[in-house]
Amino acid sequence: MTPARGGARVELAGWGWRHSGRSRWSLRGVDLLIEPGERVLLLGASGAGKSTLLHAMAGLTGESGAVSGDEEGRLRIDGGPAAASRGGVALVSQDPETQLVMARSGDDAAFGPENLGLERAEIWARVREALEEVGFGYGPDRPTAALSGGEKQRLVLAGALAMRPRLLLLDEPTANLDRAGAARVRRVLEHLLRSSEATMVLVEHRVAEVVGDAANADEAGEAVADLVDRVVVVEPGAGVVADGEPAAVFAGHGRSLADQGVWVPGREPRPSVRPGAAGPAVIEAAGCTARAPGGIGLLGAPGAPVLHGVDAAVHPGTATALTGPNGAGKSTLLGLLAGLDAPQDGTVAPRGRLAGVSTRPLAKWPARRLARHVGTVFQHAEDQFVTGSVRDELAFAPRRAGLSEGETRRRVDELLERLRLTGLADVHPFTLSGGEKRRLSVATALSSGASHAPDVLLLDEPTFGQDTRTWRELVELLSELRADGRAVVTATHDAALLRCFTDVEIGLSGGYARPPAARSEAGAALLADRPPSARSRERSGSGPDGRNDADGAHRSPPGADADRCGERGRRRVSGRGEGERR
Amino acid sequence: MSAAGADRGRRAARTAAEGAPERTPAPGRAGAGAAVRAEAADCGGEGGGSAAVRTAPAESASAGPRLPRRAWLPRADPAGKLLAAVLVAAGLIPVVDPVTSGVVLAAGLGLLPFSGLGRARLAALGVPLLLMGASIGLVNLVFGEEGPMGALGAAVRLLAIALPSMLAAVTSDPTDMADSLVQRLRVPERPAIAVLAALRLIPLLAEQWRTLGRARRARGLDSGGNPARAAAVFTGKAFALLVRSIRIGTLLAMAMDARGFAGGPRSHARLSRWRTADTALLAGTLALLAAAHAVSAAAGTWTPLTF
Repeated sequence: MTPARGGARVELAGWGWRHSGRSRWSLRGVDLLIEPGERVLLLGASGAGKSTLLHAMAGLTGESGAVSGDEEGRLRIDGGPAAASRGGVALVSQDPETQLVMARSGDDAAFGPENLGLERAEIWARVREALEEVGFGYGPDRPTAALSGGEKQRLVLAGALAMRPRLLLLDEPTANLDRAGAARVRRVLEHLLRSSEATMVLVEHRVAEVVGDAANADEAGEAVADLVDRVVVVEPGAGVVADGEPAAVFAGHGRSLADQGVWVPGREPRPSVRPGAAGPAVIEAAGCTARAPGGIGLLGAPGAPVLHGVDAAVHPGTATALTGPNGAGKSTLLGLLAGLDAPQDGTVAPRGRLAGVSTRPLAKWPARRLARHVGTVFQHAEDQFVTGSVRDELAFAPRRAGLSEGETRRRVDELLERLRLTGLADVHPFTLSGGEKRRLSVATALSSGASHAPDVLLLDEPTFGQDTRTWRELVELLSELRADGRAVVTATHDAALLRCFTDVEIGLSGGYARPPAARSEAGAALLADRPPSARSRERSGSGPDGRNDADGAHRSPPGADADRCGERGRRRVSGRGEGERR
Repeated sequence: MSAAGADRGRRAARTAAEGAPERTPAPGRAGAGAAVRAEAADCGGEGGGSAAVRTAPAESASAGPRLPRRAWLPRADPAGKLLAAVLVAAGLIPVVDPVTSGVVLAAGLGLLPFSGLGRARLAALGVPLLLMGASIGLVNLVFGEEGPMGALGAAVRLLAIALPSMLAAVTSDPTDMADSLVQRLRVPERPAIAVLAALRLIPLLAEQWRTLGRARRARGLDSGGNPARAAAVFTGKAFALLVRSIRIGTLLAMAMDARGFAGGPRSHARLSRWRTADTALLAGTLALLAAAHAVSAAAGTWTPLTF
């Protein structure tokens, strides 16, 4: 039943790596000895070269490797070069989509063993065992395309285990998964660690996911077990700066790690947030039904339904979160509310202030008008870059709106300043780091609106994969927008974001929406004013307008937000909030 | 019995009927499937059950149209079907008269009931094919020097050559096709696997294309019915898609390398089997071509290709 027979010994001496075309070494002078069977968590600021180190251990660097760059020093696995122990080493990365090879699940798990040249009977015995090991719930003929994200990642893990690796390398294996999927993968890993003797090296920037701590329970209240028994901290350009048992490392280096943006347990960021004053809805979705896009061309099957008769309202001065597992319809609903897609059935219509601009359904608005009033930030920041430099990205919307060069420059400079991108104005957006790309993508959405922001800002997983610094900046920026009376809608499964910065949560599951739930006092006040029964009566009865006036103005009580984001934040926020109201 | 179940059953039956090949002992593919499913049912619990429910609709969306596996043509060896299509092309390229091609086309149409393709798919595939044939015929009729017979010949020949290739392509599972090409025709293994892996990415890229379009609308960019602007937007999207596809391709290549794809001899988890029916398909194709040429010669219509 053990997936691995014994563990590998990893030795690094004076090891360094520089990506091709870069002048700076991402890692240098790494001296590290990992004994067989050890479970190591590799930590460091983003861009510290942790993934590269894993890739090097997987034998992907070097002459024939997929990753090119300059390597120095010595890297030995079981005394030999890493490339020679390929097959004895397995790598699991973030995104399952780019790790699955075959169309059928069993064939995919068999891919590694085939490459090892194993006999057919042995291959299928291993595949069966590995699929069992990860709790894969289907037969080997299950199409990989029909799996959920979490299932795909467990299949990737099975494919790695089927090779019976002596060294298991995990690069943020749960990063792309929803909460349930991530918990399932984590349980599989825990089980593996008990049953296997393989050496394991893990990169994970959400440390709480992998380091157990009584005070540190996950959302379900379930204590997180220790996945690692050793923590190694690396610093860009330098080598190993800390190494030891998790508790000792966090006691000694917790602060500096947190300062570098690492999610250290007990040192989570505490953004200061301001509440907003909720107002009557500006966008309302009623009875929305949507289908996934069908297959390609005439041969494709029609898409499966993704949303069934969903209602949702977007209020200014309010942070609304769409939550639910992957595939529940969060992004689809976000796209409808953003006017990017039209529902198959039902309406998404502007209300109140936005209805003053145009009363047509949002999806029918011309793009330019839509961008001025409703901004959308996509999950992958790169998707929405349309020019060749950071400055042009930000100047794009003002120029199209017909602003003068001087006014455009003033606006761009202000946004650059506000989102800490000033030094990068002339850089190509694609060459930015992950955090910079995220800030730029938010800035582009802000740049198109009148008075520096659109009325509604919708963000798809805005905090995904961000370090604590970017995370905190984002939350504070969004909270400023909310205090300014903008509506902020996020599709997210970030528990910290829900806790710190959400007034109303709309939970989705299987394409159905649960009634909106209050996540803050402001949210509670807003929802209390409009009980669900009244809403349905209004919808069936009156026309599109009229109802907005009935809503009246909403007031958010002092200290409505900030609640569990830390005392400091709370005091500051309530003070400011009250001041504003006077 | 579900489609997947039927498939498993078929594989099991095939294994049983043909006896153990070189070295496939008891735990064949079908056995493995059943065991794993049973296991999954046992450990069910929260995850398994809800996961199954959640992905049920996803399957119908992304698994694409399923071929009824019992039809004769989908069961034939993909390499055999491709070879037959190549034979037809080789046999018909040198003749331009409508009779020779017409006989082959008639035989090809006769295969349709055995293709397992539903009426909707046949229409989706057939309409473009017919349009192609009609336009070739029309062009030859108007501009050609061979007159109506030559034009009809060109159209029928095109259809007669295209139909078998199309049937070979759409009635073969891509994985089976790659296995068969590698194991039967000794096609180099790495490109074949790479193409398979790339096929898996096509839906991802299609999704990406839609996302890029939506992202441009969110930025205030749309064609607004202006063809020049539509072209500019298209170019921008195409470039962004290229960047993304290179990124995805690199990541996939790394994942494949990490799974030992980079070097050394590979073994095959799936055995591609050549059956009597496959030999019969090739023999039948040759006989058909001979008959077509003979019929045309007997009718006095046989016309070779001249330059």
